[in-house]
Amino acid sequence: MKPYLSIENMTQQFPDGNGGALTVFENATFGVEKGEFVVILGHSGCGKSTIMNILAGLAEPTSGAVVMDGTEVKGPSLDRGVVFQNYSLLPWLSTLKNVTFGVAARHPEWTKSQVIEHSTKYLAMVGLEGDVIHRKPSQLSGGMRQRVSIARAFANHPKLLLLDEPFGALDALTRGTIQDELLKIWGGTEQTVFMITHDIDEAILLADRILLMTNGPFARVAESVEITIPRPRNRTEIIEHPNYYAIRNHLVHFLGTRSKAMAGAQSDKSHPNRPQTVRIDKTDGADDPEGRQPALRAVNS
Amino acid sequence: MPTLSLNMRAALLSILLLAFGLLIWEAAIPAQKLATELTEYERLTGSGSPKAGVPPPSQVFAKAWQELSNPFYDAGPNDKGIGIQIGYSIYRVLAGYLLAALVAIPLGFLIGMSPIAYKALNPFIQVLRPISPLAWMPLALFIIQDSEASAIFVIFICSIWPMLINTAFGVAGVRSDWVNVARTHELNPLKTAFTVILPAAAPTIVTGMRISIGIAWLVIVAAEMLVGGTGIGYYVWNEWNNLDLTSVIFSILMIGIVGMLLDAMFGFLQRRVAYVE
Ligand SMILES: Nc1ncnc2c1ncn2[C@@H]1O[C@H](COP(=O)(O)OP(=O)(O)O)[C@@H](O)[C@H]1O
Ligand SMILES: [Mg+2]
Repeated sequence: MKPYLSIENMTQQFPDGNGGALTVFENATFGVEKGEFVVILGHSGCGKSTIMNILAGLAEPTSGAVVMDGTEVKGPSLDRGVVFQNYSLLPWLSTLKNVTFGVAARHPEWTKSQVIEHSTKYLAMVGLEGDVIHRKPSQLSGGMRQRVSIARAFANHPKLLLLDEPFGALDALTRGTIQDELLKIWGGTEQTVFMITHDIDEAILLADRILLMTNGPFARVAESVEITIPRPRNRTEIIEHPNYYAIRNHLVHFLGTRSKAMAGAQSDKSHPNRPQTVRIDKTDGADDPEGRQPALRAVNS
Repeated sequence: MPTLSLNMRAALLSILLLAFGLLIWEAAIPAQKLATELTEYERLTGSGSPKAGVPPPSQVFAKAWQELSNPFYDAGPNDKGIGIQIGYSIYRVLAGYLLAALVAIPLGFLIGMSPIAYKALNPFIQVLRPISPLAWMPLALFIIQDSEASAIFVIFICSIWPMLINTAFGVAGVRSDWVNVARTHELNPLKTAFTVILPAAAPTIVTGMRISIGIAWLVIVAAEMLVGGTGIGYYVWNEWNNLDLTSVIFSILMIGIVGMLLDAMFGFLQRRVAYVE
């Protein structure tokens, strides 16, 4: 049974400027289930944005395929909403119009007032109400702009939501608030989310599963780490959970040393590079067969 | 001590400079008027007579008052009100300019969107652009056989380049992020052009339009001096032939004022389409 979103033998090469080719990643193969919140974590330059652009349909891989819900991804679609790192709001439109722009594209049959009502609702969900929504993006703070961008994406109910380091440019406090808002909106939907970040705590707070990427070139999605912390999560409570530090240490260790150690290895070309599943569970109830596995079983394999 | 705002002080300074300039001008003329009390010999040889024709500002103002209080009279081919003459010039400028915009903006869009169209058309643009618009006049007169249409053609050919180049430049420079927003929302090419690329490139395009209208207004005066008949350029030349320097100076002022108004219109448009990233 194929996963909802399936990335199959995806290889990306770019010209390296000297007539040769730079292989960003090779034969990457992984899946995302419907309704899942998957975060991909890796160092800058390893190819995360390249993967996301391919999933969005904005770029084509050198080889390999992306299949979503049984159909191959070819070109961008309203079914795949994107929240760009730099917000990508249209600066000549007001906040509200930046959202109605997308909603009207999604629902051409709606009346103007329906479009406005729907857009206003989603702006309110991310805490933008009243006068603010008639301002231009240049008159908003970075946090508010990212909220608009999230509202624009959610208002369209895409089947897959792609977020490229959405909070990278925000200060820690604002980032925390918007993470909470994102969790709140996501919680009420069956939305499948694929998000890029380089912030470990953000990844643990938000993800069902974290994909770990080694450094490039020839980067690999090496591990798929399940976040065995029940929802709803809350940033102050999750750190009390027995699994929190075990997972966090595993991630820190990966990004700190193993992502480098595993980097640059050209693999057997004919085989798909699948991530290894890692499940870390130190709770008392974890006495099912899965839980008896050594907690960090993937570390030296 | 109450301090005036910067704008107020600047306006005050402007008025002072104007008053000072007019005063000097006015004061300089009577001395020359005295020089008109010339000897019979000097009058015969004509020495000093052009100088004697330079009017004082008061005389120019009187002329302006007289002309502007009845700008649209028409007393035959050589005696039309200033309003009619300016009207002819504006009509030619707008006709040539709008035709140019109709060609330049879509073509600029194409060049801006397509690297191959840019490369293919660039050599032509580079050769045609530096040609003085008046150099086209003989060819236009020969081919079109109509002085009116030739003047419009000259305006067309001089205003097309800044609009074309700025449109291409503005369109090519639209941030790929914004185009990606259009793509992820499945906008068709026409919708993308009008809702994303046009507003994104509008400030650059309007800057080109503003440069073009300025050049068109510069060129129309020269073109009308050549083709004659009507228009502010013809009017200046005609009054020079009549040695009516008061009218010449008055029409020079009018050319400046109309040019300023045309520019201000596009300045207003420019502020309307501007956005802050
Ligand atoms: N269009 C491109 N042309 C050439 N090289 C590119 C291009 N896009 C990305 N790269 C290279 O691919 C690698 C991965 O880039 P990217 O996906 O942006 O990394 P990340 O998002 O993980 O920081 C980098 O080495 C980058 O220089
Ligand atoms: Mg990136």
